[in-house]
Parts: sequence; C-alpha cells; structure tokens
Amino acid sequence: MHESAKTKPSATPALPRPSGLSGFAADWASDQRTFKNVSWGKAMMWIFLLSDTFIFGCFLLAYMTARMSTTVPWPNPSEVFALNIGGQEVPLILIAIMTFVLISSSGTMAMAVNFGYRRDRRKTAALMLLTALFGATFVGMQAFEWTKLISEGVRPWENPWGAAQFGSTFFMITGFHGTHVTFGVIFLIIIARKVWRGDFDQERRGFFTSRKGNYEIVEITGLYWHFVDLVWVFIFAFFYLW
Amino acid sequence: MAQTATHTEHQQHPIKLYLVVWGLLFVLSLFSYLVDYLHVQGYLRWTLILLFMVLKAGLIVAIFMHMAWERLALVYAVLLPPILVLVFVAMMVSEANYTLFTRLASFGAAP
Repeated sequence: MHESAKTKPSATPALPRPSGLSGFAADWASDQRTFKNVSWGKAMMWIFLLSDTFIFGCFLLAYMTARMSTTVPWPNPSEVFALNIGGQEVPLILIAIMTFVLISSSGTMAMAVNFGYRRDRRKTAALMLLTALFGATFVGMQAFEWTKLISEGVRPWENPWGAAQFGSTFFMITGFHGTHVTFGVIFLIIIARKVWRGDFDQERRGFFTSRKGNYEIVEITGLYWHFVDLVWVFIFAFFYLW
Repeated sequence: MAQTATHTEHQQHPIKLYLVVWGLLFVLSLFSYLVDYLHVQGYLRWTLILLFMVLKAGLIVAIFMHMAWERLALVYAVLLPPILVLVFVAMMVSEANYTLFTRLASFGAAP
C-alpha cells in the first residue's frame, strides 16, 4: 500500500524548472511533457494556429509569385477598393473601416479573457457576444466588397484593370480569411452561451465530451480570434497596401 | 537563476495593459492607412508598411495572445517555424524572376 502511494503522481507542483534558454533545453529534453505550464487544450490550439499560419503563408507566397512574374501591370488596390462618398473617391476606406472593426473585436476579446479569469460570467459572455457582433459586421462588409467587385466585372480569370491573377488571389485569400472569421463567430457564440449559462461555475459536463470545462476555454477561443486578426494584419499590408 | 513553477497558470494581467495595446493597435492601423492616403511611394512606402505590420503583429502575439509570458519551449515551437517560411519566400522570389524573364524573352513585353 505504502509503496504504491509513493509512485502516484503528486498533486503538489513538481520541482521548480529553470527559466530562459536552459529552461527551453530542459523542457524539450526526452521522456516528459514539453509544454509545462500550458494545458493540452491551449497547446493544441497553438499547434493548430501554427499549421494555419503555413496555409495563409502559402497563399500570400502564391500571390507574391503571381504578382512578381506577370508581364501585365497589377491593378492598383488603392483605386480598386476606393469608395465614392459624397461625390469624392476615398481610397481604401472600406478596408480601413474593416481593419478598425477587427481590431476593436480583438480588444473586446482580450477583455473577455480577462473577465473570464476573474469569474465574472455576465461581463465575459457580453464581451464575447460583442466580439462576435464585430466579427459578423466584418463579414458583412466583406460580402459588400465582394458584391461591388463582382458587379464591376472582377472574376477569378479576368478583371477590367490589369493582371488576371488579381481576381483569383483576391477571392482565394479574402475568402479563406472570411471563412475563418465566420467560424470564429460561431465558436464565440457557442462558448459565450456556455459562459452565460454558468457551465464553468457549476462544472456542468459538456454535451459532446462529458467533461467538465473551465474558463480557460475563453482564452483558447481568444487565441483563435486574435489569430484571425493577425492574419488580417498581413493581408492588409501585402494585398491592400503594397 | 529565476525559477518557474510547472503547474498550469492562468494569464491574469491588468486591464490597463490591454487598453494601452488596443490604443496602440488603432494608432498603428491609422498610420498604415495614412501611408496609402498620403500616397507615400517607393522604398519609404514598403519600409513603413512592413514596420507597422511587424509592430501590430508583435503586439497582438505578445500581449493579446499572452506569448510574452509563456515559457520559451512554447514560444520557440510556435514562432521559429513561420520565420523559416522566409527561406521559401527567397526561393519563390528567384523563381518568379525567372518566370518573368522567360515570359519577356519568349512572348515580348505585352501579350
């Protein structure tokens, strides 16, 4: 009896680990869990986001290669995405508003994570729903932008202003990003509902996994949401401003 | 040497920090929009675009995604692989230049 009790994993924290580079080497050394103070859920979200980085990285690379190798001039995004407001062409204004909407949503999401760890369930749920609302607004404006461009004759194989590859890269990159935002909105609404209902205060078991959740899921949802904002930072710089 | 416990930690930071970063992201976005609005061209344009992009991405990853407080094992696992994509970029720049050269050489300047 006594011996088996000794081999049981102890509930108290193990030995303190070194930090810095020697901590990095110690964590990655063999026969142990690598990511020490991160739950598996958070580690897996990071690994997923890393793979998603490669997907968007390859899209932007394909866009760069197409734009660099074409002999036909590339359409000027500043003019293509201009909006006529009060009889004046304002360059890139819709994209700028979309950028501000997405940054605002990132801010409300960061606040939601903070209130989640304070176990303030109402504020957390409200801020997550506000984030979802900003996200839905972003997708709505993107739908408007697509409609405008399609009505002006932009297709994946042609457009009125220059290199044909403009349409295909535009629809592929912004389409994939918009899909990510849409999934993020759905993800946010599902978790916000759980937070609002008090699932993480009453340790209610999940419908699908039968496991007890906790407020860390708000931070994991937040990681995904901030990533969507992060990808937009790169798309804004390389596709719209370049 | 600083010691760190290994149990799962919650990321709890003052709200003021998030508000400051939020404000900075707004200002940086405004700056990158102004680069286009004021018709800055040439190398200055590309430098400014890349500078604001890297600053915004850095703030989001470090503060909003809490990377600044994670252990190096996770930081390096997530941040080093995307940097290696730059090698791929270099390869594709060379490839694109070659494609452009063959197009100009074989088909003339305009189709």
